[in-house]
Amino acid sequence: MSRTSRRKLLSAVFVGFCALSVLIALVPLAFVLFFVVSEGIQSLNVDFFRNMPKPVGESGGGMANAIVGTLMVTGLGSLFAVPIGILSGVYMSEYAGTRFAAVARFAADTLNGVPSIVIGVFAYGIAVLPFKQFSALAGGLALGIMMIPIIARTTEELLLLVPGTMREGALALGATRARAVFSVVLPSALPGIITGVVLALARIAGETAPLLFTAFSNRFFTTKLNQPVATLTVMVYTYAISPYKDWHRQAWAGALVLIFIVLVCSLLARFATRRLEGMQAR
Amino acid sequence: MTAPVPGRKKASRGLVATDLGFRLGTGLFATMLVALVVAIGFELSRQSMLTIEKFGLNFWRTEVWDPVAGQFGALPFIWGTLYSSILALIISTPIALGIAVFISELCPDWLKQPLVFLTELLAAIPSIVYGLWGIFVLVPAVRAFESSLPAVLRQLPLFSGPPVGVGMLSAALILAVMVVPFSSSVAREVLKSVPGAQREGAYALGATRFEAIRAALFYARTGIVGAVMLGFGRALGETMAVTMVIGSTPKVSLSLFAPQDTMAGVLASQFTEADTELYLSALVEIGLVLFIITLIVNSMSRLLIWSMARSERSSTPVVAAEPVEVTA
Amino acid sequence: MRFLSKLAIAAACASLLVAGTAAQQKVQINGAGATFPYPIYSKWFAEYNKLHPDVEINYQSIGSGGGIRQITNGTVFFGATDGPMTPDQLQQSPGKILHFPTVLGADVPVYNIPNVTAELKFTGAVLADIFLGKITKWNDPALAKLNTGVNLPATDITVVHRSDASGTSYIWVDYLAKVSPEWKSKVGVATAVNWPVGLGGKGNEGVAGLVTQTPGSIGYVELIYALQNKISFGTVQNLAGEFVKASEASVTAAAAGAALKMPADFRVSITNAEGKGVYPVSSFTWLLLYESPKDKAQSKIMVDFVKWALTDGQKFAGSLGYAPLPEAVVKLEMAALQKVKVS
Repeated sequence: MSRTSRRKLLSAVFVGFCALSVLIALVPLAFVLFFVVSEGIQSLNVDFFRNMPKPVGESGGGMANAIVGTLMVTGLGSLFAVPIGILSGVYMSEYAGTRFAAVARFAADTLNGVPSIVIGVFAYGIAVLPFKQFSALAGGLALGIMMIPIIARTTEELLLLVPGTMREGALALGATRARAVFSVVLPSALPGIITGVVLALARIAGETAPLLFTAFSNRFFTTKLNQPVATLTVMVYTYAISPYKDWHRQAWAGALVLIFIVLVCSLLARFATRRLEGMQAR
Repeated sequence: MTAPVPGRKKASRGLVATDLGFRLGTGLFATMLVALVVAIGFELSRQSMLTIEKFGLNFWRTEVWDPVAGQFGALPFIWGTLYSSILALIISTPIALGIAVFISELCPDWLKQPLVFLTELLAAIPSIVYGLWGIFVLVPAVRAFESSLPAVLRQLPLFSGPPVGVGMLSAALILAVMVVPFSSSVAREVLKSVPGAQREGAYALGATRFEAIRAALFYARTGIVGAVMLGFGRALGETMAVTMVIGSTPKVSLSLFAPQDTMAGVLASQFTEADTELYLSALVEIGLVLFIITLIVNSMSRLLIWSMARSERSSTPVVAAEPVEVTA
Repeated sequence: MRFLSKLAIAAACASLLVAGTAAQQKVQINGAGATFPYPIYSKWFAEYNKLHPDVEINYQSIGSGGGIRQITNGTVFFGATDGPMTPDQLQQSPGKILHFPTVLGADVPVYNIPNVTAELKFTGAVLADIFLGKITKWNDPALAKLNTGVNLPATDITVVHRSDASGTSYIWVDYLAKVSPEWKSKVGVATAVNWPVGLGGKGNEGVAGLVTQTPGSIGYVELIYALQNKISFGTVQNLAGEFVKASEASVTAAAAGAALKMPADFRVSITNAEGKGVYPVSSFTWLLLYESPKDKAQSKIMVDFVKWALTDGQKFAGSLGYAPLPEAVVKLEMAALQKVKVS
């Protein structure tokens, strides 16, 4: 074989490999989605959304309390994380050249990489033990800690993308730095920031490990912040490792609901980004 | 210039004060971010003082994990974590790079967005859902595979042991699936930042598709290593999916079939039950080491990616060439 | 005006939050511990909630070790364990903790052998050797000798044990230590031991799950988990030499002797008990309560609940695979409950 045709063959093989790897990666995705949808759909009925968990062995139980619980802890997490995340993002973008901003950026990336179980251990130490209470608040704290770096970095990057002319224009008109940022720069980056928050929400809604020792779990319905609360993820975990067929079915249904939430959030985020890009193009 | 306007000095001082307030205010929140990381490290160290003092470095060399006798050695967990993550890397890196190259270099424009969306979906699926699928679908499949392996291969230490399904192989496979989207999306970003001149120069010299891409990959090699390392960092900390399929057995074993355990896994299974101070301290120390290892791996990978971006910025040629139309 | 309206809205939200947390009349009490009695506890708490709708007792089955840990930390109000607290553990708790037996149960050897549906016979010594890793195949002579009519395959035995600290484990290893000196010296007795061989499953649920999914495996679970999931379990030889299957009758027989010489704190082991028709791997399971807890209101509710569980609650035991407590023990407990401070 001539040198040229050998090179061409190698190139074709390489291109084929790349295409194949895309297919290989999509196989597990299809697999997982297929199983979750087919198994979950069978057990997804009104009971699932309306009923409380039933005792072991009795059928007809649901995850109503867990769904509310997930909303509670993600809501609490956002309350904690959104202000800290956005404002530190503002600092990192406004004072981007300073050494402290670099330190903050490093801290955010580090926090992003901390395993969620370690954050759960930390939250147990500071929010559960001292108060001798498992609680939704502690769960919200753990989830919030995970959201902060995502929101901070997204905010920073988006603010840096805003054209300098906008900021300079505001400053030239005599605005303080604060005013320039909050009235001019931030609002124009807002859709992207909201997208970042939504994506962070989607990520933590699916977290299990940090909730295991903070929010614990609850067989009953509660909206109290200082009590343990059931969450979709922990319930799916508890049911999945059990030997009861009925609980397995409910676990699949719970997984389906989780995937649905994640899918909706991702689609929303993509849609918002596209609208944002469309608006900026105009 | 003009005479100073009365009240102007007060106003400018007020402006400076507000700016200072703004800086301090937002700086406070940035400080909270830094404080959180420090607090985590501090709290973990504080709670693991007991075993740090009692066992010292032996904690990392001992294989025995015996809560009854009060003997705690974390070697099986370090082994399990590293072995599963490295295996996952070996499986996922070629695939992740293949995807990154395909999406950024090879695929038609209309296919780009859907493919990017699908890879992001792979990353967005919660760990617990992977775990659920792992228990009910992957483990039986792996068990069937393990049983079907010819006896000749079973003699090798790599394949020894009864085919139970749960074990290192299942863990490595599930980790690989979860890591692929991470490495691939960062690799894609890295490839995007390679200047077009690199590829175009190669094509101008008559390179095949593969050779031009290889040139781009070579240029981006530090960044790509960084991307792979980020995936490694992700694999190290993964908890739920791995815990559910690895068998929760603290043993050091080369066999892919053997049930083992990881640092994150033992924390998830045993944390709420540590019934002595020493036991709890041992578990927290494992958490501390996990924290430090992921910190180091992630920092190194960010450094690599950042240094590649910096060298690329400083070495971009000033000559602006007319973009050559690349024929597929 | 805008500021005032904002203030009004803020005030309304704040008051709603306060009202929301204060207005609820329901009392919720949190407990955690053993997975062994989880089926009957979950039934009891649900039934009790039907009788007293304002009382919600939230019990999480995280394992006996977890129950002991969390009650010692004070993060739950009551604990539950199948292995009584050791003197060391009792010393670590901030206040005195009392044990109250609630029901009797049994650990059974569950197995999953392809093409074998027969009920296998085990002796204590054989079980110990399997869990020590000395017997590694199902067709081992020791097993074949006990089960002459059964065609045992040459499959490897996969041992399944608990990965978490557990009273179910405690009962099992307590029994093994009594029948095998090697087990006693090499491994010992505790809620979490250094298992010589095998896979770990989390909770009774996890072990049952692993055994059902792994051909050639053997594990130990509370009787009800084997019954509810229709997993095969074998008979175990007792001190009198009989091969007994776990049942309400055989477990009650095991407790009969203990009722006569019950210690004041109810911490007693009834594994490998003497007598005819006795199932050797039986045990009490205990609820853990502080003698003088801070929250007296919750204490009163728990004491009332325990009284109900010891009397009306016992009728649920049989159908769920447990055995009710002997009358004599219930009487002793009612007296002991007086010690718990409710006001």
